[in-house]
Amino acid sequence: MKHLHRISIAIVLLVLTGCSTPPTKKIMAGADQVELRSYQSRGFDTADKTMMLRTVIATLQDLGFIVDQADEELGVVTGTKLAGYQVRMTVSVRAQGDRQLLVRSSAYFNLTPIEDAVPYQDFFTSLEKALFLTAHEAG
Amino acid sequence: MRLIVTAALAALLAGCVGIAPDAFKLPPSSLADRQMQSRVFATTDDTLLLASSVSVLQDLGYVLDATNSRLGMLTASKEISAKNAKQIIGLVLLAALTGESASADEKQKIRICLVVNRLPNDAAASVARITIQRIVSTDVGMVSAVTQITEPALYQTFFEKLAKAAFLEANAT
Repeated sequence: MKHLHRISIAIVLLVLTGCSTPPTKKIMAGADQVELRSYQSRGFDTADKTMMLRTVIATLQDLGFIVDQADEELGVVTGTKLAGYQVRMTVSVRAQGDRQLLVRSSAYFNLTPIEDAVPYQDFFTSLEKALFLTAHEAG
Repeated sequence: MRLIVTAALAALLAGCVGIAPDAFKLPPSSLADRQMQSRVFATTDDTLLLASSVSVLQDLGYVLDATNSRLGMLTASKEISAKNAKQIIGLVLLAALTGESASADEKQKIRICLVVNRLPNDAAASVARITIQRIVSTDVGMVSAVTQITEPALYQTFFEKLAKAAFLEANAT
């Protein structure tokens, strides 16, 4: 019984502290950058940035997002999906050498940054369907 | 005690995890959705379609939030009352019975995103696609519902107005 009591206190403490860090610490902090970046990025064998940005926008619409803003020069698109929850995502497209583009996406689910690999894999699967191009893991 | 542990565990799970598994997956209705949300116009003039859309949206009282003519997109929004007569009556009754006041859905923000693209198999036409979202909040500013609007009639109405504004015919994709 005493043991159970301790466990419950520990869990309550976890609930209270587990999800929250002091807000100021979060301003310049993020997850393990290298691993996260590899989940979030894919290289594509095309140099057509405008085509890629248009395809990203089309994919976002397919997934139920509304585009909040898009900048062709910078190669960025930000969108929001509302479906009982909120997902906000920024997708950036940058040249990688002369013949490749690096697409990176980063997303929030409600107020939590998505740091799992699976949602990003799902996004790139949807993007690839729209592109008819074979993507390969970014190095 | 066991109950407390279970409740605490449930709170822990609900608090931190829970990315909707289908958030980034194409829904099975994806193709049908796209068709419902798209119309083909017999023009390759993106600017004409975007500018005509702006004028339709202005007629409807929307304000532009973002535009990018080179990428062929724009996003606009407006706030309208979300007062639901039944809900208000219910709350008045509840307040009369319990002496407490509850909040009613007060306003809703509607967001529309329009994207114009070239058709791969028709060099003389463009396709315009819109998606619409609704954010309902209560009179105390709490967001009470966030959804995508899927009523085909609303999409149909928009495209009819767009076709008129651009002096073009809107065809199903």
